[in-house]
Amino acid sequence: MTQQEFNTVGQSVRRIDSYDKISGRAVYSVDVVVPGMAYAKLVPSPLPHALIKSIDASKARALPGVYAVLTAAELVNMETHYGSDKKDRPIVAMNKVRFQGEPVAAVAAVDLATAEAAAELVEVEYEALSAASDLTSALLPDAEPIHDSNYCHEYGYEWGDVDAAFAGCDRIFEDTFLFPMVYHYAMEPHTCVVSYEHDRIRTWTSAQHPFLVRAELARIFGMQLDQVQVVVPYVGGGYGSKSYTKIEPLVAALSREAGRPVRLAQSVEESMKTVRRHAARATIRTGVMNDGTFVARECLSYVDTGGYTDNGVRVTERISDRIVGPYIFDNVRVKSYGIYTNSTPAGSFRSIGGPQASWACESQTDIIAEALGIDPIQLRLKNLAKKGDEVRRGKRPLEGDLAPKLQMVLDKFGWDNYVREDPSPTVKRGIGFACNVTNSGASPTSTSLVRFHADGSSTVYIGTTEIGQGSRSVMAQIAAEELRIPLASIKVIGSDTDAVPYDRSTGSSRSTTLMGLAVHDAAVDVREQLLEIAAKHFETFADQIEAADGKATFKGESMTFGALVREMFGGSGGELMGRGYVTQNHASGRLTQDPVFWEVSIGAAEVEVDEDTGTVKLLRYVSASDPGKAINPKQVEGQDEGAAMQAIGHSMFEEMLFEDGQFLNPNLVDYRVPTFEDLPGEFETVLIEFGDGPGPYGSKGVGEGGIVCVAPAIANAIFNATGVRLRELPLTPERVWRAIEKSKQ
Amino acid sequence: MVQINQKITVAFNVNGGDVEIDVTPETALVDMLRDGLLLKGAKRSCDMQVCGACTVLVDGLPVSACTVPAFEVRGKSVTTIEGVAADDRMAGLTDAFIDNAAIQCGFCTPGMVLAAKSLLDRNPHPSEDEIKDYMRGNICRCTGYKKIVEAIQEAAQKAVQG
Repeated sequence: MTQQEFNTVGQSVRRIDSYDKISGRAVYSVDVVVPGMAYAKLVPSPLPHALIKSIDASKARALPGVYAVLTAAELVNMETHYGSDKKDRPIVAMNKVRFQGEPVAAVAAVDLATAEAAAELVEVEYEALSAASDLTSALLPDAEPIHDSNYCHEYGYEWGDVDAAFAGCDRIFEDTFLFPMVYHYAMEPHTCVVSYEHDRIRTWTSAQHPFLVRAELARIFGMQLDQVQVVVPYVGGGYGSKSYTKIEPLVAALSREAGRPVRLAQSVEESMKTVRRHAARATIRTGVMNDGTFVARECLSYVDTGGYTDNGVRVTERISDRIVGPYIFDNVRVKSYGIYTNSTPAGSFRSIGGPQASWACESQTDIIAEALGIDPIQLRLKNLAKKGDEVRRGKRPLEGDLAPKLQMVLDKFGWDNYVREDPSPTVKRGIGFACNVTNSGASPTSTSLVRFHADGSSTVYIGTTEIGQGSRSVMAQIAAEELRIPLASIKVIGSDTDAVPYDRSTGSSRSTTLMGLAVHDAAVDVREQLLEIAAKHFETFADQIEAADGKATFKGESMTFGALVREMFGGSGGELMGRGYVTQNHASGRLTQDPVFWEVSIGAAEVEVDEDTGTVKLLRYVSASDPGKAINPKQVEGQDEGAAMQAIGHSMFEEMLFEDGQFLNPNLVDYRVPTFEDLPGEFETVLIEFGDGPGPYGSKGVGEGGIVCVAPAIANAIFNATGVRLRELPLTPERVWRAIEKSKQ
Repeated sequence: MVQINQKITVAFNVNGGDVEIDVTPETALVDMLRDGLLLKGAKRSCDMQVCGACTVLVDGLPVSACTVPAFEVRGKSVTTIEGVAADDRMAGLTDAFIDNAAIQCGFCTPGMVLAAKSLLDRNPHPSEDEIKDYMRGNICRCTGYKKIVEAIQEAAQKAVQG
């Protein structure tokens, strides 16, 4: 199909949730009111690491208006722990607390003021343990173990003869890079309402993965999947913070205890004590030849997963998967460890392990280029993986050549013709570049149902959560395209596990590719049924009939799709149903190998550095988004711009600070996120549409790429401007100034 | 139950209509609007006057409803997103947000639109820098801001042409 033949695919149509959201009518979890619901308040641990000696909730329970207090003692006749890979998280702390802010108890009361007052009355006696709230202290041999040990997970892989290869290299570079703990700040804090009933659990929650929450609740309370309903209203931002299961088991247990529906709406501070991104320390050793040929790479990474595993297993793996970069090495040895610390548990955050890995490997690429006297772009091009290369051995070969994609960004940036103009001898400008490919963690398990009504309109059922990415609009565009009906005739129903068929999750940039295929297939299924009915009606073969504009046409004679449905049922009603199943054995044959696709990330930055103050101004940033085919181009740009802006935050100033295990800046005043004033002077996204993805129309995922390369591109630009190399984020004025001062000595 | 007996009656105008409602002294404006009047468009997020999700207009000026006591709007006019959405004269602004893909998760959108309305009421032709400066009290974590700036520019442009 050529581009001209599309009706709605490829157009920046209005989001179908636009009016809901612009009018304030969109319902989020914070807006949900269930009749009879109680209000919950958590009792957080003030200590980062301690044994719980006793809990006395009697005064809290005695307060009029209190329905229940949940402590570990109430976690009976149920599973007590949960977690996506390791079920190490107790629903409320049991025997021990592992980070400051961990819920030790929770109160349900008639109103929030009463719940808050009762929470203050819960008396907990602790025996403090020494706390380790960063990698260095948690890895000390005499560190107090947070779980059985402070090692959560280890991962690694190797190919070639690494030691021999290093021995034969002209030069070997070794550098260590630090990446801070950062917080997503989805503007809607985690919020959940649960009604625990005698044979049923009903849940309204701000979850990205409702079907995984359903499975977790069913397991914990010994119910079947059909007994657990998870409804996800609109979600006020996700970025990974609402992945897997978070507060739902606690609220469900509290509802069971209170005998009524319970609502927990967390504060921003409570959500900052619920999940964050993994801090990382990554050391890379790279052996090269003097002509710039990359020969061998060895990496050792530690990621800080906090008090509990959350997504620490996958992040430990992904940093290693992503740290080799988009380059061909014949010899690689990679190792990573996930480490427990006494801090907020770390989970998914837009490109898990990706920014940490790219910060290290793409900073080092420029270090190598400088040392060898080779242009950093030429060094990259010399070693870049090509189409069909196994950029990670045993994994899916690269779908497309990277070099032309890099060139598109360089051209847009004006890299080759860049003329540096320093405003003054101490205010200097420079440019920097970075690129990577990341293995999407998308599991190919999605299903969709398309109902086609007797008036020619259609309802599309998807389990994809609308977290702002525009999935409902894109799915509607795909359905409209394949059903050959107008976009206005499509309604999309999402994220109610009682109503919509299974989807594994909303994350890893997976939805357009995988749910998109499911919706595509379900719509094609309906279209084929319509053509069969039409073939009968016109007494011909299905392939002789043209389906377009809501009509089936044969030899100049037309019948609307609605009329075909009515004819089949012989009356005024009836409907058709189409189904789409996406498994790794999907008929396209493109989902069998891991990863489902490689997400491309490319960025170029120009900075201005004031050497007297250390202030860095981001003058320009050009990013790339490689959707294969942009089904809704403006939404694709929006994903990329949003991701890049989040990365500007973690590059320049965002950092969660802990001292002796105490979280020092758990609020939006002391933890600053980007505002309008942090917009780069020029901020562009290059759309790359080579049709090389496995999704509908050659599409693939783009939600994460924009966040991956910003930090190394900026640091490389700072080096270009000042000759000073920074290896630790964020690039605060103080840190930059100190590095400049040190370089003068 | 925690009893707060002191009640204050707040009579004010919201979105063009007069209302009267009893609140307690410590009730925040955002709670009176959301829980008392079921105007759910204003969202609570940072709770410390930083993020702008709870922005509403009081006598035409943007305030953070999370930190304004409800009783302070006695005798004043409050505009919420529900009022903007119902006002045909505001279609230029809301359409510009929609057409420029300046909305993603939508949680910041009501506050963002009200802040933008206040800006354009005061300065119908803002420069890009003036937009960034005026809007800096409204955080959006999804869009990266660029498309919101473009939306406000388009709304200003269309108002000139219109």
